[in-house]
Amino acid sequence: MIGPLISESRRLSLGKRGWLRSHKWWLLRRFSQITLLGLFMLGPWAGIWIVRGNFAASDIAGLVVLADPYIVVQGIFGGAIHAWPVLSGAAVITLAYLVLGGRAYCGWVCPVNIVTDTAFWLREKTGLTRDRKLDRRSRLVILAGTLFASALTGAVAWEFVNPVSLLQRALISGIGFGWSIILAVFLLDLFVSRRAWCSHLCPVGAFYGLIGRGALVRVSATRRSACTDCGACFNICPEPHVIVPALKGRGSPLILSGDCQNCGGCIDACPVDVFQISTRRPWLQTGAAE
Amino acid sequence: MASSKRKMTRRTAMQEIARGAGAACLGGFSLAALVRSASHADARALRPPGALPEPDFLAACVRCGLCVQACPYDTLSLAEWGAEAAVGTPFFTPRQEPCYMCRDVPCARACPTGALDREIPSIRDADMGVAVLVGHEDCLNYKGMNCSICVRVCPIRGDAITLEPGEVDGRKIMIPTVHSRHCTGCGTCEKHCVTGHASIRVLPRDLGLGGPGRNRAGRPA
Repeated sequence: MIGPLISESRRLSLGKRGWLRSHKWWLLRRFSQITLLGLFMLGPWAGIWIVRGNFAASDIAGLVVLADPYIVVQGIFGGAIHAWPVLSGAAVITLAYLVLGGRAYCGWVCPVNIVTDTAFWLREKTGLTRDRKLDRRSRLVILAGTLFASALTGAVAWEFVNPVSLLQRALISGIGFGWSIILAVFLLDLFVSRRAWCSHLCPVGAFYGLIGRGALVRVSATRRSACTDCGACFNICPEPHVIVPALKGRGSPLILSGDCQNCGGCIDACPVDVFQISTRRPWLQTGAAE
Repeated sequence: MASSKRKMTRRTAMQEIARGAGAACLGGFSLAALVRSASHADARALRPPGALPEPDFLAACVRCGLCVQACPYDTLSLAEWGAEAAVGTPFFTPRQEPCYMCRDVPCARACPTGALDREIPSIRDADMGVAVLVGHEDCLNYKGMNCSICVRVCPIRGDAITLEPGEVDGRKIMIPTVHSRHCTGCGTCEKHCVTGHASIRVLPRDLGLGGPGRNRAGRPA
């Protein structure tokens, strides 16, 4: 019954490994995204105040403040002198992503990821395969632009349009005209270009990608000798270029690019279990290019 | 591309149209959203107590909504597109819900960024704006009645607004008079004003006050 709904890139894996193992990381990610958002929504919508605030800055059970380093950095460019809680909160989040992989934010936290994944899935199902090729470095240009704009205007510039903030604020605090921006992102990903927003344009992802360049937790193509060249991992991956050096190269089997979201899509899609979650262990000097 | 040489099937035609429509929607919505926010975000927004001056506020505030959630009266909200404040920032509309001037200022204490002064000593030090009698033609006191609602509801009674004697067309009247040194801009007077739109309204100080004058040499008079 759900057969026609399953994405093409999971089919090989589904046939060999069953539904659960071909959707394991996807399920975990959706669980993580929905749980985190749900925790923030519990307060305003149900009066259960475990966490307060939103993804920009939050107060976790009155114990610790967390904050989005990208917004804080824009504020600093805008000339803000922040109070201590938001600075320490941004530092904690930065450290966490240095361990978990910067773009784990994109795959495991950001609610827009659900929107764009849905657009990608629909694109696949409707055969909208032609593509306006965007340069994936556009996001770095946009990131630089937002910092420049912040410096020029003295305000947190990207927050005036940021769909990531708009969506989570819409869900946590209420609904407004901001939905049109989310719709715009969805239509962009569906009609204009494959994975346009998250993998090419979003400066939030670009920022976390920079943090994630040295991240400890990494996907590894450990059993790359078993690869059958079926292409499933490339099809499912939001950032296919990150796989090439690990899978086809002679060096480390770890996916080292900061662009990798640690989403585990390749692990789900691979019919022969090439990939697994692993860690970079600089102190053991393993995985270095030989 | 090879595909463009082929005869266009209905399917590809539909796809092309859908793509065009999608891109058009994208551009249209984005632009509309921007124009909307740009045309509505103006200097009239009232910030929570203890807020930095507007330019500094826009750099420091991360739009987290902790102040909004700390307010026990649901006075504050985060601006959506098209609201009077910059999108995502906290503001309040006194005519709907004024600031009730909590003694412990929970909104300012909840701010993690310093956009609101976390160490504000007292709510009396808050400077959300200043009440201004903007509609004196409709103000009942100006018509010679003894409404004085604004004076009676003021939480800083006797200091922030007083009744001062005046004269209009030979009739003695009592004019509600705001003293900006004491007024915090909480908006209780605006909330309770009985005229259609409030005749007394809270404005940010730079809109509501004349400011000190300067002599012809440019020095403070």
